[in-house]
Amino acid sequence: MSAAVDVLVLGAGPAGMAAATEARARGLSVLVLDENASPGGQVFRAIEARAGKDRDGAALVAAFRASGAELRSNATLWAIEPGGTVFWSEAGAARSIAASRLILCAGATERALPIPGWTLPGVMSVGAAQIALKTAGLVPEGRVWIAGQGPLLWLYAQQALAAGGQIAGILDLSAPGGLGRAARHLPRALLAPEYLARGLLWQRRVRAAGVPVRRVRDLAALGEGRLEAILADGERLPADLLLLHDGVVPNTQLTRAIPGCRHDWDPAQQGFRPVLDAWGNTSVEGVMVAGDSGGIGGARAAALSGRLAAMEAARALGRLTPEQRDAEAGRTRLERDRQLAPRAFLDALFPPRPAAAIDDATLLCRCEEVSAGRVRQAVTLGCLGANQTKAFTRAGMGPCQGRVCGPSVHAVIAASRGVDPAGVDPFRTRFPTKPLTLGELAALAG
Amino acid sequence: MNRAVIIGGGLHGLSTALHLARMPGWRVTVLERRHVGRHSSGINAGGVRRLGRDLSEIALSAVAAEMWQGITALVGDDCGFRPSGQVKVAESAADMEKLAARQSAVRALGWQHEELVDQAEVRRLLPAVSPHVVGALVTRDDGAADPMRTVMAFRAAAERAGARILEGIGVTGLQRRGDTILVETDQGPFEADRVANCAGAWAPQLARMAGEEIPCAAKASMMIVTERLPRFCEPTVGPTARPLSFKQTDAGTLVIGGGHQGRNDLATESSTVLFGSLAHAARIAAELFPCVAGARIIRTWTGIEARPPDDIPVIGESRTFPGLIHSFGYSGHGFQLSPAAGAAVAELLARGATNLPVAPFTQDRFGKAA
Repeated sequence: MSAAVDVLVLGAGPAGMAAATEARARGLSVLVLDENASPGGQVFRAIEARAGKDRDGAALVAAFRASGAELRSNATLWAIEPGGTVFWSEAGAARSIAASRLILCAGATERALPIPGWTLPGVMSVGAAQIALKTAGLVPEGRVWIAGQGPLLWLYAQQALAAGGQIAGILDLSAPGGLGRAARHLPRALLAPEYLARGLLWQRRVRAAGVPVRRVRDLAALGEGRLEAILADGERLPADLLLLHDGVVPNTQLTRAIPGCRHDWDPAQQGFRPVLDAWGNTSVEGVMVAGDSGGIGGARAAALSGRLAAMEAARALGRLTPEQRDAEAGRTRLERDRQLAPRAFLDALFPPRPAAAIDDATLLCRCEEVSAGRVRQAVTLGCLGANQTKAFTRAGMGPCQGRVCGPSVHAVIAASRGVDPAGVDPFRTRFPTKPLTLGELAALAG
Repeated sequence: MNRAVIIGGGLHGLSTALHLARMPGWRVTVLERRHVGRHSSGINAGGVRRLGRDLSEIALSAVAAEMWQGITALVGDDCGFRPSGQVKVAESAADMEKLAARQSAVRALGWQHEELVDQAEVRRLLPAVSPHVVGALVTRDDGAADPMRTVMAFRAAAERAGARILEGIGVTGLQRRGDTILVETDQGPFEADRVANCAGAWAPQLARMAGEEIPCAAKASMMIVTERLPRFCEPTVGPTARPLSFKQTDAGTLVIGGGHQGRNDLATESSTVLFGSLAHAARIAAELFPCVAGARIIRTWTGIEARPPDDIPVIGESRTFPGLIHSFGYSGHGFQLSPAAGAAVAELLARGATNLPVAPFTQDRFGKAA
């Protein structure tokens, strides 16, 4: 492997694969780093091993494989230094390369849904269950409850049923009145009616399979040492597995660690996102973001934004004039806008569970075992943001580096202070943004 | 009442404020541009160490060591201080000779705290140390403390003693009006009879505002903290011929530093970790303690600090601006000195002289005033 590359792409999901393919087509050298064993990202995870599951995904992977981009699988990027030197771990050793342009496609992460007992064995996230389904063919068995809200919940439920899984019931924790809130965004959403059609189809399939769906306000997981039952609005129901989901947020763990990379609060999606121009340029020269890590838009919008970012990279590296870039990108930009059209409707339909619903005893940070009550106490003692709260309570200091608890700690602080979340600083992230071992780092010392 | 303004809310500024506020007749105000403990005070390794100090620093460090033994009496909190020892290991016969010569030099000055020990004793002190370690220089009642907790304890003690601590106020200039010093800030002027410059990496700029040029660079030492590990190491450990500081905290995490330098930017008050350089710290740590190679790094950071060309601090009255006392340039080893240095600077502020051993640190060593 050479010491420098034109474009380094992080992530081989839809955005990353499309960006790499497009950049290669423009004659740029491309290195793709991906944490997984094979390309596809979350949505097309292990797609090459799952023949015929999704034509969109299969076509993306095939084009990517044929593009000549170098793919490093099982590679974890953990630092970017000013000037574009990128560090990652692979096979137990740290490596680095200088890149002229970075296209970061880190995808989305699930928002945690902290309820009493959510850290018990037997409780996991819908996203984790979906990974198990896609990579190991693990179908849920026994008394399986799925609780929360959001499109992924319904997608997984019908995937699990189609794979022969069992579901005891779906507990809908979404705020009542969703359709009323979302109605004004409906005309725009109908520019891409396939999203709504699919969502309705998923819900119909789940109901047609006889899975009871009920709206619930309060939910707790109960058990000694592992999940035994759930408490839904006071009713105790036996349970072997509880899957939780409260929507997804852009994965900004990496971009927030880059000095000078600006992020704004997105009130519709209730999360921070990097400030991007139409091409995916961040506020730091040479650093670009494409796909859900720049704002949740789904797989199709992600692939289109990946292609646009690559065209802009080709422009920045002298392979396209600005006029060529604009001319060639026109249709892609229009199509991306169409794919993003339903977002406002979906965001209004599925707002995250309010922080006020989390009771004081519930853990927010499971690594350091910090409860919502302790975070609220820190606020009353003068902690105005997540970083002071971290220093005060250790919330966010554990091995997950705040990835899991970050959004909920932030939301609880904002709600306790009674202020707009936009004005509350999120956890500052630092490199390494993913843990690596001392031995791996030592390998860099030669 | 006499009025003093302390510029800089790091540990040295807070310690100075604490000692001065306890003297009768002084009204003390600390001006901190960001927040207390923002830079190196809050994020250093917390070493409470006499071992291996520059010979000119040992006397002040010895006074500080006495104060650390009674730190609860001084500030009302134990600051997480544990006298768990400091160990400088020898990795070769040449290292061992160096340590023996060092011990002789220190003893020739009358100090007894550094003790040369053999391989068996190192193994007893550090059961997990690599077999290639052949001996060590040890200071058994040195140790380590919790930096942020120490900052908070000094702050609280200074406030209890009557000092005002004002955060978010940046100093922009110093003027003299008769007997009064006008400390100009971004929030209006403060009047003072005496002013202390405890502004850390930015102290040389402040000296320049007072018309004094003091040779001093900045440094940004890098640190690593790992996940929690089962307890295997009590003392703070460093090698003889290579830069490293290594300790296990009460929480079980490893804190690894030792002077590997990141990039600093005084203008933006920021610093950057350089992993190619930090990799050397990881490598030395894994060579000294092979059992830590698999420990996961959770965070890294840097903090900016002042560093004069000879790596020892500047403590003394300004030669161009009477009434201004400098205290900066601790070069990455000022944490342990802070209780004693603050006492000395408070005396310099209050009566222009001190019996504490700070004479080696005047800026006169760089030549006469320009």
